[in-house]
Amino acid sequence: MPAFSAPVQNLVDELGRLPGIGPKSAQRIAFHLLKVPSEDALRLAQAIVAVKERVTFCPRCFNVAEGDLCIVCADDRRDPSVVCVVEDPRDVVAVEKTGGFSGRYHVLQGALSPIDGIGPDQLKIGELIARIEPEGISEVILCTNPNLEGEATAAYLARLLQPLGVRVTRIASGLPVGGDLEYADEVTLGRALEGRRVVESAAPAQTRPARADQG
Amino acid sequence: MSHFRDQGVVLRTMRLGEADRIITLVTRNHGKVRAVAKGVRRTSSKFGARLEPFSHVSFMGWQGRGDLDIVSQAEVIDTFRVVREDLDRTSVALSMLEVVDLVSQERHANPPLYVMLVGALGALARQPSPLLAPAFFLKVLALEGSAPVLDACASCGEATPGSLVAFDLLDGGALCTRCRRGRPLSPGALDLLRRVLGGGLAGVLAEPRSSVTDEVASLAIEAIEVHLDRRLRSVRAVPTG
Ligand SMILES: [Zn+2]
Ligand SMILES: [Zn+2]
Repeated sequence: MPAFSAPVQNLVDELGRLPGIGPKSAQRIAFHLLKVPSEDALRLAQAIVAVKERVTFCPRCFNVAEGDLCIVCADDRRDPSVVCVVEDPRDVVAVEKTGGFSGRYHVLQGALSPIDGIGPDQLKIGELIARIEPEGISEVILCTNPNLEGEATAAYLARLLQPLGVRVTRIASGLPVGGDLEYADEVTLGRALEGRRVVESAAPAQTRPARADQG
Repeated sequence: MSHFRDQGVVLRTMRLGEADRIITLVTRNHGKVRAVAKGVRRTSSKFGARLEPFSHVSFMGWQGRGDLDIVSQAEVIDTFRVVREDLDRTSVALSMLEVVDLVSQERHANPPLYVMLVGALGALARQPSPLLAPAFFLKVLALEGSAPVLDACASCGEATPGSLVAFDLLDGGALCTRCRRGRPLSPGALDLLRRVLGGGLAGVLAEPRSSVTDEVASLAIEAIEVHLDRRLRSVRAVPTG
């Protein structure tokens, strides 16, 4: 005999298919939904229906979109020659918040993960390559996560993109602003050292007398 | 709750909740450990990049009542950075991690397995070799007590030099001209297989890639897959170039 009635079991099964939700959490959420007033539960159901009806993926960059192109692709002030490649639409939001990028995006919808059997065919990689020539893309910024999957994805993309004659860049890794050096891990600190920059002198006028003295 | 200290290699990580990950490690003294690293996905995490796959760490954990422990501190012994930053070496390393993940058992110490993995990652960081992962798979089989029979025919015991010409995993190893079944086995491949399992590993790893090393590689992958009774995902996922 099943532990729950069919509709409850059905709900538990559906919830259990969501990422990060195990069987126990699925049961907990299902029973929570049984307890709350109908209108609260229905609001959740309607929100799900609304996104599935109204929100799609941009046919060009695979960012989330309402209507045809996403909000970035639809904006003709954006620079079409620079494309920032990210794993997930949430990363588009993160880069947009910096206010420092004026090009377009390409959302891979994941990262290479050999252990989970996720190879290039499961990602929007062919679609990225197909954009390079028609859109006149001259620089691709690889903005995947600085973890193993993201690094492997960036390395794989660099290998595909370099022969096409585009400039391929990778976002820098370094220390979090506001953090303490002594707490930095070895990999991050090592990368930060490698990515060091020349410090531009703020007051060139002051250096001139010193040089004159020597001469 | 009790706390413990150990050394381990991170085999895989899995997202958990908002900012945590479940880290799977193979350790020297506690076998496979699955532990939660809290806040590790935040850029401000004290763990930083220390708990990424391949990382060899010395760590402190809390063992609770459930099957998940908690990582409270981690220090790096080696990050095998050269491996992480080279896609081809990353693929090789991932296939070794996948095998170790499948053969190691939770909280069941298997120090030789841990030592072999650390050694193989170190070798990979120093110098890639077409036979590194295949040799590792064969060594794992030997450690599991399932090494293929190579000194005489696995079926009839025939041991005359030159008589072993085939290899069949269901028979457990090399086969003579009379018992031949399975795939053909070249003399060069037999020699390499014997050297891998007989203490000649260093020489084997120096072999350049050839049809013979390819033969050994495909045989080793097949052998470990038959032993594990499943296909290795990481061997085929990323095309190497
Ligand atoms: Zn778009
Ligand atoms: Zn025989």
